[in-house]
Amino acid sequence: MTSTGQGDPTAALAQVMDTDHGRLMAALIGQLRDFQLAEDCLQEAAASALVHWTRAGVPRAPAGWLLQVARRKAIDRLRKGQTADKYSADLSYLTELDQQDAVAEATQEIPDERLRLIFTCCHPALDQKSRVALTLRTLGGLTTAEIARGFLDKETTMAQRLVRAKQKIAAAGVPYAVPDPTEWPERLPHVLTIVYLIFNEGYATLSGQDHIRKDLCAEAIYLAEVLNTLAPEEAEIEGLLALLLLIDARRTARAEGDRFVALEHQNRNLWDKRKMTRGEVLTETALKRQRPGPFQIKAAIQALHADAPTFADTDWLEIVALYNVLLRFEDTPVVRLNRAVATSYAVDPKTGLTLLQPLAGALATYSPYFAALADVEARCGHPDAACGAYDRAIALTQNPTEKEFMKQKQSLLEDGQTN
Amino acid sequence: MKYMCLIYSPPMENEPTEPGTPEFEAMMAPWIAFNEMVEKAGVSLGGDALLPVQTATTVRVRGGKTEMMDGPFAETKEQLGGYYIFECKDLDEALKYASQIPVHEYGSVEVRPIMDFEA
Repeated sequence: MTSTGQGDPTAALAQVMDTDHGRLMAALIGQLRDFQLAEDCLQEAAASALVHWTRAGVPRAPAGWLLQVARRKAIDRLRKGQTADKYSADLSYLTELDQQDAVAEATQEIPDERLRLIFTCCHPALDQKSRVALTLRTLGGLTTAEIARGFLDKETTMAQRLVRAKQKIAAAGVPYAVPDPTEWPERLPHVLTIVYLIFNEGYATLSGQDHIRKDLCAEAIYLAEVLNTLAPEEAEIEGLLALLLLIDARRTARAEGDRFVALEHQNRNLWDKRKMTRGEVLTETALKRQRPGPFQIKAAIQALHADAPTFADTDWLEIVALYNVLLRFEDTPVVRLNRAVATSYAVDPKTGLTLLQPLAGALATYSPYFAALADVEARCGHPDAACGAYDRAIALTQNPTEKEFMKQKQSLLEDGQTN
Repeated sequence: MKYMCLIYSPPMENEPTEPGTPEFEAMMAPWIAFNEMVEKAGVSLGGDALLPVQTATTVRVRGGKTEMMDGPFAETKEQLGGYYIFECKDLDEALKYASQIPVHEYGSVEVRPIMDFEA
């Protein structure tokens, strides 16, 4: 919690709502036991802050101020019976907390309960898209409109989704708790998957291409950092954070204007060395713990890309070996696809092709499969088959940048050049 | 909170129904063990097995007229075969018991909170 002292109340409020939103929501939900009430009261407290801070100056501990005022708003509402009070905390408890805080003048650090909040938002009793949305809303502090834009949904649809998720948490008794150590191995992957999904959603858009979309990649990295701080020495959390940093490091290099640049043709000098190094160090730290998991292996694969001075110098044999290990954790058609592509470089395109062909059924509607197939067919010297596969890939993607990228590759093939 | 666990499974062919036979005992053994476990844990508020859907009759009253129909209202692959009611501190505890109901080799369990009109 930062103390801003004097200063512009609007800027101070924006800053505290940005940096402390997750912490504030986590503490409020812990005390109020009601997601919706917490959200509404924090909004009201923020509105009051503008008025009070303009008049009396920005308090020494703005986040503490907001927490206390939000809780008082909740006490008021509960007194007036304005909430679905059957799920909320009882008044006497809240009043007691309020008095304790008044004595301490609301200057103490807010206890960090974000781990509970993350596990609740990512609870498998909620459907996956709702988990993503709720995590972004409560922990990331994104507005409903921003989340809706992030997922190309209507704002009203997203708002309804969030309301339903919050209602289910209350009505079905989803606990506001970090799972027991015995349940941890089963529950942690759910949380990590949600963070990874948020990242991928952001990564599908080229940076700078769409300014109204909030940077979901940065949001996912922030969440992974929070997890890594709150639950240190968890190999898979370190693996996830490493993976995100290693992929994110290539962000600038993968776009030229609004054109997509494949890994093969990226200017490696544009890769963010600081992120790469941190990702590589984290990967190593995680693997040394001898508790391998899918995120660590994916990070190790990306670390090999990071290490290669050129595309041709990539250690493809090692990458194929790592995909074989990954298959033990995640035997999915997509992992098999990636292994086939790596094999096409490690061994030869023909071998890659024989591994790709059996996946056609399982990945019949997956655009990246046909893009990879097209590329390998082209490298095998089958331009017609490659063009046909590009047709499928182009038809199957909604992403205009990807469409454009593949059309260019296709037209190069039609002109008789292999790229 | 109270939770009802609705047990669904596909219809079984040649299900042993004759009490006293070794086949019947073998089928019942895991259920008896589960019942003992939830009794001991003090979370069980009861439960029953239902006779197969062939014995079901659906009643509907429309415009003052009572219609009766053979079978369940909706034809689905998995049919309601029984239920438990548990008293648990939260959904996680209810899910923990639901996942141990010995139906999971072939069926599934829907966990629903019971509405509390007093709260």
